[in-house]
Amino acid sequence: MPILAPIGRSTIAFFTVIGRVALFTLLSVSHCVRPPIFPRQIGRQMLEIGFYSLPVVGLTAIFTGMVLALQSFTGFSRFSAESAIPNIVVVSITRELGPVLAGLMVAGRVSAAIAAEIGTMRVTEQIDALTTLSTNPHKYLIAPRLIAGLLMLPLLVLVADIIGVLGGYLVSIFTLGFNPATYLKNTWDFMQPIDVISGLVKAAVFGFLLTLMGCYHGYNSRGGAQGVGQATTNAVVSASVLIFLSNYIVTTLFFAE
Amino acid sequence: MTSAAGYSVPKIQIRELRKAFGPKQVLDGVDLEIAAGESLVIIGGSGTGKSVLIKNIIGLIRPDSGSIMIDGRETTTMGAADREDIMHKFGMLFQGGALFDSLPVWQNVAFGLIQVQRMARAAARSRAIEILAQVGLPAEVADLSPAELSGGMQKRVSLARSIATQPEIMFFDEPTTGLDPIMGSVIDALIVKSVRELGATALSITHDMASARRIADHIAMIHGGKIVWSGPVSEIDHCDNPYVDQFINGRAEGPIQMQVKR
Repeated sequence: MPILAPIGRSTIAFFTVIGRVALFTLLSVSHCVRPPIFPRQIGRQMLEIGFYSLPVVGLTAIFTGMVLALQSFTGFSRFSAESAIPNIVVVSITRELGPVLAGLMVAGRVSAAIAAEIGTMRVTEQIDALTTLSTNPHKYLIAPRLIAGLLMLPLLVLVADIIGVLGGYLVSIFTLGFNPATYLKNTWDFMQPIDVISGLVKAAVFGFLLTLMGCYHGYNSRGGAQGVGQATTNAVVSASVLIFLSNYIVTTLFFAE
Repeated sequence: MTSAAGYSVPKIQIRELRKAFGPKQVLDGVDLEIAAGESLVIIGGSGTGKSVLIKNIIGLIRPDSGSIMIDGRETTTMGAADREDIMHKFGMLFQGGALFDSLPVWQNVAFGLIQVQRMARAAARSRAIEILAQVGLPAEVADLSPAELSGGMQKRVSLARSIATQPEIMFFDEPTTGLDPIMGSVIDALIVKSVRELGATALSITHDMASARRIADHIAMIHGGKIVWSGPVSEIDHCDNPYVDQFINGRAEGPIQMQVKR
């Protein structure tokens, strides 16, 4: 069966990868909740993942908010529905664009950095060295990053929400001629807690997934500089795809009738 | 270590150890015994499974079959908690040093003291500086990052890290590879001194014969996944084993053929 064999092979390979990732995830999560924990490592990663991502997330958010106001104005003015712009901006930013764009930007920044760092540690035997020093690499390297990702992404997205809405506000006031007080009032009145909460839940999921992908690909990298490069690419690509996939799933869970 | 029956139990005892990667049988029935306090050096060409053997003993790789006993306890079937106990007895010097480049030198040396023995950081730091002095490094290197050190210095720091927790069994993976001959013999002397001071059992792998003669009490030669010769270091020049003869004289012709693939 020369046609069926490759299909079978790739199917098996696909499920092997799924199984490996699942086992890796279970093992890592179990180390997140069992002592000893490494608070110093968690703090360091929170700084690295959260604080140092602020500029890139802030810039992404402000321009997204600005362009959102501008584009919806072009569309909505045809129906004289300009007053819906504050609503559009705040719902789009908090529900979708804040978490997804922040997640993608942090995936590019953090998943890549994690994969490169852990991958280099793997190929230079630093991970083996950890084991010989009676320190479990899952506990010392991976658990702190997962915890930091899970905690910091919601905070980052909260900041992105505020800056994104601010971006929309600035464009609406200074180029589209909205009344500042009315705009703010509309924004505030239209915003529902569930919009923000669902966005923050997404952020936590993305934070977990993007650090997980960085760790998984870094931990399993092989074969020197080229292997580490490959791991970095795979980490960013798989993290981005998983962000879109989980975004759909979480949206369905929150908002599907 | 002496058992109730009165005979001495080897520190490390390996029986019929086998490990294959895909179609390649790297270890094909290795038998080895190391007495407590002995320094054994395993020699052999590149790609003959020396590193794989050491990684099996430490537990970084799981063997396909065979037995590894440490202090009379079987380690291949051990659970995670027992394995961690055994790991406390080990110290290892990696070929490339394997220093944690995200940590300064002193935190590398004190890693086991801080993370495992839960020593206070200030105390661990002064202990680390003492250990650095033992390997001939001044206190000034303590705050440098590993990347700022030369290869020989990195090896010394790595040695300091592996002796810091006072292990019972030391592993040395090609300790002199990549060093100039003088630094190589300095590292060898430090290894001999540290092992003696700790009273540790030592297992080294190398293809550097000069280094092997300096470190070893006993030498074993591995070829084709098996131990082809073992004996005291004094006998290596008089044994009529063709593999050993070819290896220590570095001849291109002989029973050992160069392998292209690992």
